[in-house]
Amino acid sequence: MNKFFIMVAQTYKNRVKSKSFLITTIVTVALIFALSNLQSLIETFSDVDEEKKVAVVTDNEDWFQSLNQVVSMNDNLSLEKYNGSLEEAQAAVEEGDFQSVVDVEQGEEGMPEATYYANKIANTGESDPVRQALQQVKVQYVTEQANVDPAIIQQMNAPVNFELVALEDSAKTAEELNQTRGLVYVMLFFLYFSVIMYGQMISTEVATEKSSRVMEILVSSVSPVSQMFAKIFGIALLGLTQFAILILAGYLGIQQSKTLGDGSMLEFFGFNDINPGTIVYAVVFFILGYLLYATLAATLGSLVSRLEDAQQLLAPMIMLIVAGFLIAMFGLGIPDSTFITVSSYFPFFTPLIMFLRVGMLEIPIWEVALSIGILIGSILLLALIGARVYRGGVLMYGKSTSLKDLKTALQLSKKEK
Amino acid sequence: MTLRLEKVTKKFGSFTAVDDLSLEIPEKQIFGFLGANGAGKTTTFRMVLGLLDQTKGEISWNGGDIGYDQSHLIGYLPEERGLYPKLKVQEQLVYLAKLRGMKKSEAVQQIESWLERFKVPEYKNKKVEELSKGNQQKIQFISAVLHKPKLLILDEPFSGLDPVNVEMLKKAVIDLKESGTSIVFSSHRMEHVEELCESLCILHHGSPVVHGKLKEIKKSFGKKNVKVIADFDLAFLESIPGVTKYKPLGDGCEIQIESEEIAQRIFEELQGKGFVRKFDLEEPTLNDIFIEKVGASYE
Repeated sequence: MNKFFIMVAQTYKNRVKSKSFLITTIVTVALIFALSNLQSLIETFSDVDEEKKVAVVTDNEDWFQSLNQVVSMNDNLSLEKYNGSLEEAQAAVEEGDFQSVVDVEQGEEGMPEATYYANKIANTGESDPVRQALQQVKVQYVTEQANVDPAIIQQMNAPVNFELVALEDSAKTAEELNQTRGLVYVMLFFLYFSVIMYGQMISTEVATEKSSRVMEILVSSVSPVSQMFAKIFGIALLGLTQFAILILAGYLGIQQSKTLGDGSMLEFFGFNDINPGTIVYAVVFFILGYLLYATLAATLGSLVSRLEDAQQLLAPMIMLIVAGFLIAMFGLGIPDSTFITVSSYFPFFTPLIMFLRVGMLEIPIWEVALSIGILIGSILLLALIGARVYRGGVLMYGKSTSLKDLKTALQLSKKEK
Repeated sequence: MTLRLEKVTKKFGSFTAVDDLSLEIPEKQIFGFLGANGAGKTTTFRMVLGLLDQTKGEISWNGGDIGYDQSHLIGYLPEERGLYPKLKVQEQLVYLAKLRGMKKSEAVQQIESWLERFKVPEYKNKKVEELSKGNQQKIQFISAVLHKPKLLILDEPFSGLDPVNVEMLKKAVIDLKESGTSIVFSSHRMEHVEELCESLCILHHGSPVVHGKLKEIKKSFGKKNVKVIADFDLAFLESIPGVTKYKPLGDGCEIQIESEEIAQRIFEELQGKGFVRKFDLEEPTLNDIFIEKVGASYE
């Protein structure tokens, strides 16, 4: 077997068996199942079937009747006229006979006014139906006083018809935009977390081999350049494994929640029917983004000789991806601004921001091609520089926590002939 | 298969790490490569292994360049222990052997026999970090020789080992030489070098100050040692012309002299002074030569 693949296999094997890999995978799978079944979960934990009783204290029988009429449409709530005093009603609430008590009085100009008493008022979900019902009663009361035809009132209350139509043929419809926005969101998170997680893994791998000095043996058997790429591909394989597991979990979760009859969570993320072109772009940008950041991480990892220093040197890389992520988040709302357009050509931001633009806008193919070209160019350039830094970097020991070491490393790997 | 270095120079910026070094290490020989700390030994090894490019000069092995396609013929034991602390001994050795072009089944078999030979077969499935320093060194040694290299570089191979284990590894080194491996041996323990090496080179600030066969080096050094044990005070010997060093011992003294003739003079001076228990004319030790050649510049 080729030495390159021996190293890829070893890197992969080591990591796949590690506890941290198992734990993160299991936790994420659990999270995916929880998310895809969020609705049924919420329903399970809230006591839906228990009907809440609300006591009403009022002198006006008419108001109670109309209030009761409106509320009766709500399954979870029932009103009851309380014939005692307000104090007695409050005591009954404290004892748990009622969920709450509403004191409805005649206020200024004869309008109904109410005070809502409950043991806790944190959950507005409980008081809101009552408030809305009372609002309707008030409208009814006012219009009755003014002798307005109920049909007119109905017309007034009906929601207005408002439709969004893009005039450009190629522009995406609002529905499409919502779908891709969800996908772009997910993709941004995926790329962001993978770069941070796998980038750190790569530099840790390299730094571990250096700090244990096994690197001296390795560099004498395999060239540093193939070592570096073996690390990058080994960790990429690991990432693929993890994603395969997560996607499978996600698929199963979706299937499950579909059989339960609600796909609203998925619709929210626009997963129901995705444009295949967007998926292709997602994969392309993901792979290129990974390669770019992984090469950078391996290069930086080769400069340190102790594991603790690796974090410090990685900081600039993390800052780059965080900046890209923030710009992308900001760009989700205004994908066509000049700032977003310009930053989509900066190679370290391209995977996130160009993808956002392709997903959200209809942009000419040459723009995408140009940005991918720049991205691939930078990956090659970085790999070239990285390989040279790596060659020298792995021979450097001592405390090294600054980018000045780049120069030393390049000097060490200098081709003399 | 001869390793040949011709006028090799390595500069790091304005600093010259190795200066005009020429060596020849024939097959079936252990070559001592000595030098004070920072003399340029590791830099030389790294150039031989192809990790660094020399600024000037030629390095050839068997007439050709040394590249990664030949790494299965080369074994390297670095001065600092370099193993994966978290990996099990066998797993680790198999991996390193595979990188040197060995098949897994063959590697497993060899590992068994080496562990057996070093009397540590029970460590096969232990993590390296659980082993003692000396036992880690044995594993390190195995990793360097497992693939039967033709050129073996040993940098302080016996550090951290007790005398029994030193003998065991020494025997292994000699056996490897007998089977045709060229060995470059670097150590600060002069008695090991004297015992194992036929020829050697002492590097000082990047250039060789002593180079050749051990016997000839000793002969051409000229100075000899005289050890005297007597019942009377020997301090007067220090003032005899030709005595370069005087070191009192508990019941006598050790004297370094410029040449053999001075010994005769000393012998005469001792006559009639009292009872002399021991008078011994000795060859200089490698230790003396090293201190003389390398230490001179510190004074």
